[in-house]
Amino acid sequence: MSNSQLTVSQITGQAVLQLDKLNKIFNADTPLQNHVLHDVSLRVCPSELVALVGTSGSGKSTLLNMMGLLDVSTSGELRIQGHLIQGMSEQQRTQLRSESIGFVFQFHHLISAFSVLDNVLMPLMLRFGKPSKEQIEYAEHLLNEVGLSNYIAQSTSRLSGGQQQRVAIARALVTRPALVLADEPTGNLDTQTADEVFALFERFNVEHQCAIVIVTHDPRLSARCPRTIRLTDGRIVYDGPSADLPSVFTVTP
Amino acid sequence: MLFAKPLGQLGRSLWIEWRIALRFLADNPLQTFLISVAISVGAAVIVFITALIMGLQNNTIDKTLGTQAHIRIEATRQHNILSAAPHGQYLWVLESPRAQRLQTINNWQEVRDALDQYGVLTTVSPLITGPAFAQNGTARASIALMGIDPNRYDGIIKLQDYLRAGRFSVGASDVMIGSQLAEDLGLRVGDKLRLDAGDDRQAVSKVVGVFELGVRELDSRYVYTDLKQAQTLLNLPGGITMLELKIADIFDAEHWAQRFKKLTGLHVQSWMETNSQLLNALSSQSMTTQMIRVFVALSVIFGIASVLAVSVVQRTREVGILRAMGGSQQQILRVFLLQGGLLGLAGSALGVLVGYSLVQLFNTMSELLFVIRLEPSMLLSAIMISTAAGVIAAAVPARRAAQYDPAVAIRYV
Ligand SMILES: Nc1ncnc2c1ncn2[C@@H]1O[C@H](COP(=O)(O)OP(=O)(O)OP(=O)(O)O)[C@@H](O)[C@H]1O
Ligand SMILES: [Mg+2]
Repeated sequence: MSNSQLTVSQITGQAVLQLDKLNKIFNADTPLQNHVLHDVSLRVCPSELVALVGTSGSGKSTLLNMMGLLDVSTSGELRIQGHLIQGMSEQQRTQLRSESIGFVFQFHHLISAFSVLDNVLMPLMLRFGKPSKEQIEYAEHLLNEVGLSNYIAQSTSRLSGGQQQRVAIARALVTRPALVLADEPTGNLDTQTADEVFALFERFNVEHQCAIVIVTHDPRLSARCPRTIRLTDGRIVYDGPSADLPSVFTVTP
Repeated sequence: MLFAKPLGQLGRSLWIEWRIALRFLADNPLQTFLISVAISVGAAVIVFITALIMGLQNNTIDKTLGTQAHIRIEATRQHNILSAAPHGQYLWVLESPRAQRLQTINNWQEVRDALDQYGVLTTVSPLITGPAFAQNGTARASIALMGIDPNRYDGIIKLQDYLRAGRFSVGASDVMIGSQLAEDLGLRVGDKLRLDAGDDRQAVSKVVGVFELGVRELDSRYVYTDLKQAQTLLNLPGGITMLELKIADIFDAEHWAQRFKKLTGLHVQSWMETNSQLLNALSSQSMTTQMIRVFVALSVIFGIASVLAVSVVQRTREVGILRAMGGSQQQILRVFLLQGGLLGLAGSALGVLVGYSLVQLFNTMSELLFVIRLEPSMLLSAIMISTAAGVIAAAVPARRAAQYDPAVAIRYV
C-alpha cells in the first residue's frame, strides 16, 4: 500500500475516526488533577495503518481507550464513522463499539474459562447470542489464517504468548470491524514473534480493509506503518508518513 | 404475539449470559462447591425445622381436636330482661346472673338441614347432653349423658376407633361408657347399670361397648346413648342441647362461627375460642420457626453476597475484556445475577435433598412420637425462594461489576 493511495482515500472517503480538539483530564477539580490529552485532533481513513508512538506516560493508552469508546473525553469531539460520540448514552456507545471496533491489548486478555474458539466468537456471542454456523466457520477461518487451526478446542492457558496474541487478533477481526485498535500488541513478545504478529496486522489491514491504529514502542515496527502519530505529554507533535518522522523522535527512551 | 419478538431477542442474548455465568462458576469449582454446601446447609435447616414444627403442630391439633367438635352451637344463653329506662333517665341496676337450665335449640332440625347445605362443613351432628348419675350396686358416679345420632356423630369422634371392648351401638337400652368409668363402677361389657337424671327419671341400660379416648376427664364421665333415651332422661322431649360441627379448614372455624352466630342467632363457639391457650402456643411456635427461617435465610443471602463480592473483584479483568468486546452493562449485570441464582438453585436443591433425608431419618427413628409429612410444594417453594434469594444477594456485587470503568478494568492484571 503506497502513500499516494492513502492520500486519495483521505480526501475522498469518509473518516473512520475523527477527533477534534479532544482533551482528557483525570480527576478534574481535585488536587490529583491530571491533564493527559491536550487538544488532540486527527483523522483516520478506511484501511489506514497508523502507528501511535510516544514515551511512556505520554497518553497513548488513554487516547486509544477514548477512540475505542472505553473512556470518555473531558472536552472535544470524537466521531466514529461519522457518528458523534459526545451526547451518546452508555448503551449507544456499547453498541457502536460492538459494531465497529475491535481491540487487541498488550496482555492478550483472553478469558481463560473459555476455549480458543469461544474466545474468538465472544464479540459475536455478546452481540447476537448463540453463534450461527457461518459465524463459527468464519471464526475457524480466522484462526486458520493466524495459524492456530490445531488449537481451536483448546483452553487458552495452554498457548504461548505469541499464540495468545494471535487469538486476540482473530477475536478483534471476527466482527469485521471498520477500526481495529491495538495497544502494544507486541510489547510482551520476543522480536521474531513480534514480527510475525505484526505481519498479521499488515496482512489483515489489506485483506479486510480495516483501519488499524497500533500503539508500539518498537521503531522497527512503526517504520513499517505508512503513517505515524507521535504523542508527547498528551500533545500530537508529529502526524505524517513514517518515513519523514524527524530522526530526533525515532530514538526510544 | 406482540411480545414474541422482544422475548426471542431476550432469549438470544441471555444465551451468552448463561454460558458466561456457568463457565465462571465451573472455572472456580472449589469456591462454587463450598458456597453451595453453605447454602444447602441453610436450606436443609429451613426444610427440617419447618417440617418438624409443622408435624408437631399437626400432632397437637390432632390430639386436641380429635375428640372435639370444631364449632358448637347451643341455645341462646338466658339473660335478665330489663324494663326500659324511663325517657331521659338512666337505669342503675345490680344484676345477678341467671341460672342456665338445660335448653333445647328451637327448630333444631331446620338449623341442622340448613347447615347441611354448607360445603365447608364436613359434619353436622346433633347432641343432647346433660348431667346424671350412673349406679352399679352401691357405687355411684356423676356422668355426662351424651345422646347422639350415631351416623352423624361418627364425623365428630370416630368412636369405633376408640373401642376397647364390645361393639359400637347406642339404643333404647344400650349404652357405651368410658374405660375409666367402667373401672370405677366395676362394669364390663354385658353388665347392667342404672342411669339417674334426677326428678325420678331413671333407666336401666346394658353396657355394650367400652371406649378409651385417652383423655381421663372424658373416659371417666362420658356415657353414650341415643337421642331418644337421653331426651327422656333429661326431660327434653324431641329436643337437643347442642349441634356439633366439623369444618374442612380448622383455622377457618372462628370465621364461620361468627357467620353462623349472625345467621341463627344462637350461641356459637369455635374451638379457637375455647382453646385460646393452644392457639397462642401454636402461633408463638409458628413465630419462632419464622424467626429461625428468616435468620438462616439472611445468613445464606449474606454468604452468597460476600462470595460474589470477592468473585466480582477476581473477575475485574474479565469484565473489562467483555466490555471491550462489546458486552453491555446489562449483560455484565445479568451474568452475575445468574451466578447468584444458580448458586441459590444448586445449593438449595442439595439442601432440600439433605433436609428430606433428615426428615425420613427422623420418621424412622421416632416412629412413636409423630410422623412428619413433607409437602412437595414446600420443597419446591424452598428451592424457589433460595433461587430468588441468590439473585437478590447478587444484586449489589453485580451492580458493582456492571459499573466498572472498562478502561480501568482492562489495566487490571
Ligand atoms: N484512570 C486514570 N486515572 C488517573 N490517571 C490516569 C488514569 N489512566 C491514566 N492516567 C494517567 O495518564 C497518563 C497517561 O497514561 P497512559 O497509560 O495513557 O500512558 P501511555 O502512553 O499508554 O504509557 P505506556 O507507554 O507506559 O503504556 C499517565 O500519567 C497516567 O498516570
Ligand atoms: Mg499504555
